[in-house]
Parts: sequence; structure tokens; C-alpha cells
Amino acid sequence: MTVEEASVQQRAPSREPVLSIRGISKRFGAVQALTDVDLDIYPGEVVAIIGDNGAGKSTLVKVLSGVHTPDAGEITYEGKRVSISSPSASQALGIATVYQDLALCDNLDVVGNLFLGREIGGRTLDEEGMEKRSWGLLRQLSAKMPSVRTAVASLSGGQRQTVAIARSLIGEPRVVILDEPTAALGVAQTAEVLNLIEQLRRRGHGVVLISHDMANVQAVADRIAVLRLGRNNGTFRVSDVTYEDIISAITGATDNSVSRRTLAREAGEAGAS
Amino acid sequence: MTAPIQSWTPIAVDLQDERLIRHEGIGGAISAFRAGVRGGDLGSLPVVIGLVLIWVIFQILNPNFLSSNNLVNLALQSAATGIIAIGVVFVLLLGQIDLSMGSLSGLSGAILGVGMTQLHWPIWFAIVVALAVGAAIGLLYGLLFTKFGVPTFVITLGGLLAFLGLQLKVLGPNGSINLPYDSWIVQFATAWFLPPWLAYSLVVLAVLGVFASDWRREERRRRSGLSMGSVALMLIKSASLLVVGLVSAWYLATDRGVGLMFVFFVVLVIVMNFILVRTRWGRSVYAVGGNVEAARRAGIKVDRVYVVGIMLGTLFATIGGLLASARLMSASVSSGGGDTNLVAIAAAVIGGTSLFGGRGTVYSALLGIVVLQSISNGLTLLNLDSSIRYMITGAVLLLAVIIDSLSRRSRASHGQA
Repeated sequence: MTVEEASVQQRAPSREPVLSIRGISKRFGAVQALTDVDLDIYPGEVVAIIGDNGAGKSTLVKVLSGVHTPDAGEITYEGKRVSISSPSASQALGIATVYQDLALCDNLDVVGNLFLGREIGGRTLDEEGMEKRSWGLLRQLSAKMPSVRTAVASLSGGQRQTVAIARSLIGEPRVVILDEPTAALGVAQTAEVLNLIEQLRRRGHGVVLISHDMANVQAVADRIAVLRLGRNNGTFRVSDVTYEDIISAITGATDNSVSRRTLAREAGEAGAS
Repeated sequence: MTAPIQSWTPIAVDLQDERLIRHEGIGGAISAFRAGVRGGDLGSLPVVIGLVLIWVIFQILNPNFLSSNNLVNLALQSAATGIIAIGVVFVLLLGQIDLSMGSLSGLSGAILGVGMTQLHWPIWFAIVVALAVGAAIGLLYGLLFTKFGVPTFVITLGGLLAFLGLQLKVLGPNGSINLPYDSWIVQFATAWFLPPWLAYSLVVLAVLGVFASDWRREERRRRSGLSMGSVALMLIKSASLLVVGLVSAWYLATDRGVGLMFVFFVVLVIVMNFILVRTRWGRSVYAVGGNVEAARRAGIKVDRVYVVGIMLGTLFATIGGLLASARLMSASVSSGGGDTNLVAIAAAVIGGTSLFGGRGTVYSALLGIVVLQSISNGLTLLNLDSSIRYMITGAVLLLAVIIDSLSRRSRASHGQA
């Protein structure tokens, strides 16, 4: 794997990964969902995890967010070995996960959703304090939200995603995991969410992005980790990898329709010149 | 040379988005209200209109309907079932239902009656026993629901029958117990009224409280740099509350006055609504009713919220049952039977609490029960018997649920679901 070796050398040696996993395996009955998976997440960097359906992306995310405990392997957070036994343990460590279904309460307003389970105030809720902090948070993310007092049900898909991501930042996590944040979003809304991911990187969070959409991944990710049939199948720096390399890593074949077309096109260009 | 006139007042943090339609001052409040109604956010508007219609119609049919004597009765009749409806609000907000509240209220009346007259307990002790039984039943329901996942519909349907049985058992072979008229609980429910001076002072104090809380909220908003409401609007709200309160107190005082039990009911409504809207626990009730899974992931102890909410339901059913028996001065096989249960649920729904969970306030118990009790009282004045009353109450409930469903649909299409 020459590509991976090259990318390892490009990395600044002084930077420590905030979260790193080594040799993670997870088995469900007769299915080996993950085998010896390694992954490093650095602060201020967006890592995209991609792979075909059933490659183990969701299982890996669930291991990090504490939904599943791995059968083998170790997880190191800020240099210390940790075990993530439950979703709340994951949150307490500083890993925030934004699930694909967003988990918002439609009947509550934006402020209510942002601070759900973490309301501020003494015996009574400090609505004004929460509203002020909500605006501060949304400003930091350069998110456009007409009002934070409207019910979440009335927001667009992109705005709902914004609320879900902003909520994950309330506890000042170091790692933010986004599961398919742009699935089911329109063009403009996708751009909004990609901006948001950029803002997360700028704020110094380590971002894990699960996505199917290669265009989005190439737009915002710094590194791409490919999973294939539950195993690592290469880690690439976005700057020095082509679309074809990634497709072949995902499918595990160098011979596929994309590479054939590329070959044909190159052959055609060679013939024309 | 005309310089462009610009006001340099800083824009509040929550009004900076240029897409936001701004509603300012009194005119703004009216236009915001209109937009809300058109979008299906009806609030308590249909109920208030309905109540005015009902009162006008009954007054035309029978000029005694709006007499102070009848309104004093109406207030007392509303209180007991209204208190049960407070409990219904909490259960409905969680997206659950309790069908056994009638049986529970009958059971608590039976405990009070047997405790007072046959076991010679002090009244407070009989009340404590009844409340403890109510809380224990709620705990049982809550645990059955959270541990075994049995739908509350089925659990409480079982409870409806089981606790009706227990009520008959407690009452014993007579089946009916009269409560002594001179006991304080009966006096409280039938004969104690606020003297006019106290009623007026309470109204003034309450309005001052409303104004102070509005004022403090605006002050906090100003300090946080958020937009502020209009002071004129605040004054109008407080002044109209004051006028309505004083006129009601004066009108009722031309007869016996404001019944203490009704005051107790209203105070319970205000306190429970405060807990629901202003505390962390209340917020978690809305969250669980809106999206259980989201609430769970946000770290809310969902099971505990369910158990406490269901227990509040049974507890308020018990309190309502005690007061209903005290007002009728008897506990019998029929207390809590018939339509008690459905009237309590209907009151909460008619008042604006959604059957689908997550939407509504405790004030819906107050509004809804006044509507239903007005209908029942008016039909009784017209000498129509309970067959007609049941049919009309059923039709009103159906109407309320239709309005609820329609406004849900309208909210969805206006993006406010």
C-alpha cells in the first residue's frame, strides 16, 4: 500500500491523534462485521470513512459512539487507553455523534432541541441564557437560522441538520462523528452542511464523516479511510488521490466500469494525438 | 442636502436575519396572531369561541344560565373533574392514555368514606391513605409500562375494571356511604366561599404577579441582548386580566362568591403549568411526548419521566375523586362511574392538549372542563336528561378531536407541525 505509506510520511510528526483505534474487531453471530480496523483522528482534520454497503462503516461509528462494544482491539483517546461501554461514556469522553435520523424533537423549538438534556438554569430554566448561547453557537458556525423560537418541524432539511450538528457541540466535544449528513438533502442544503463541516474543522474538532457521496467527500475531507468487507482497504490524502483509486479501493477491483472508461478515454486521447 | 435618516439602535441578536418577518408593537402582535391562526396554530382560540357560543345559546334558551347563582354552581361542578383532567394532560403529553381515572376517583372516594365513617380515621389520614393508594397504582402502571412494554391503553383498561372491583369491595355490602356534612372536607367542597374582599385582593395579587413575571422576563431579555416585547402590550394584557378577574369576582359575589374548591383547582392548574413549562422535568415531558428516541439519546431518563407522569395522572385522579365525593357528600358504587373518565379526557383534549403527545398545556384542563360543564349544566337547566347530555358531550368531543386533527394537518402544510 504505497499510497498509505506516502500519506503517513506527509503527516506532521508532532501532531498527536486525539482518537486512535487499533485492531478493532466486531462480530455479530456468524458475521464478522469488522476485522482488525485501524483509524486515527487528528484535531482540526476531517476524515471521511467510505465503503460499499455492508463494509462496516456504521458498525465502526457505533463502536466509537458506544452503541456497540468491540470484541477485540484498543481505543486510545488523548493518549490514554479507554473503553467506550455506552453512548453516555462516549459523550463524556468528548465524542459527539450526529446520527442519520438526527433525533430531534419536532414539537420543541430550536433552543429546546439544542439544550435537550443539558438545559441551563437553576430550579427554573434560563430561557434567555439558552437563547443567547444558541445564537452565539449558530453564529460561530456561520449558520443561517431566521429564528430559534420556531418549532424544529418547520425547518428545512439543511437547517435540521444544522441544529443536530450545533447540538453536538454544546458539550464542547473534541471529536464529532457525522453519519451521512448530506443524505436526502438538496444542492443548496448540502452546501450549507459542507460549510458547517468546514467550520468544525476550523474550530479544531476532529471530524469523522460517513458519506456515500464522493463529490462531497472530496470537497471537505482531508483524509479518506476506505473500508471493504470489514477491513481497512487503504487510507488516502484527498490531495493526492484520484476518483478511480478510491473506487477501486471501495470495490476491491482495479477492473471496473469507471477504470475501463478512463482507460478507454486515455487510449482515445493517445490515439487522437 | 438631505441626509438619509437612519436609526442606529442596535438590532437584537435574535432579529438579525434579514429573512425574518418582524412583528413589533401592538399591530405586530395582532398580525403575528393572524398568521399563526392561518397556519393552523389555533391555540385556545376555538375553545374560547366555542365557550362564548355555548354561553350565548344557553342564555337565550334559559335566562337563568348566566345568573350568578348558576355560575357559582358551575365553578364548583367543574373543579373535581377538572382536577382529574390536570392528570390527564400529563398522561396525554407523554403520548399515553389512562382509561382508569374514573375508577381511581371512585376508589379514593370510597376510601375517604369508609375511613371517615366506619374506621373513624381523622380526615387527613383518610386523604393520605387515598393519595398513597393512588400513587402506588400509578407506580404499578408505570412499571408495567416501562419494564414490560405493555401499552398503557391495555394496562389502564385492566385497571378500569380491577379498581372498580376494589371500589365495590371497599364500600362493602351497603354500596353507599354518606359523608357527614359538618366535616371540613365537605364544607371545603360545598360551603366555603371567598369573602369579596379576599377575592378582589387575590385577583389584584395574581395580576401583579403576572405583570412582574412579564417585566422580569423582558429585563432578562434586555440584559441578554435579545429582542423585547412591547410594554404597551404587557400593560394591555395585565389590565384586561385585572378587569376580567375583578368583574368575575364581583359578579359571583352577588351570589355566594367564588368557591374555595374552584380556587384550589385554579391554583393547581397554575402551579402544574409552571412546573411543566419552566422546569427541566417539564421540558423532558414534552421531549418524551415528541420523540422518545431523541429524548433517550439526549440523556433523559425516559423511563423515570414516564413513571412520574403516569403517577401524576393517578394522583390527580385520586384528588379529584376525594373532592367529587366531598361535594356530593357521599361515596357510592356510582362515584367515578358513568362519564367521569371520558369527561376528564375530553376536557383535556377540548382544551387543546393533543391526543398524539407532546403538545398542550395544563390550562387546557381548565378551559376544557368549563366548556363541558357548561354544556352539561345548561342541558340540565333545560330539563334534558342524561341520554341527550351524553350524546351532545360525545359530539363535542368528536368536534374537538376533528379540530385537533385538522390543525395538525394545517400545521404540517404550513411547516409548523
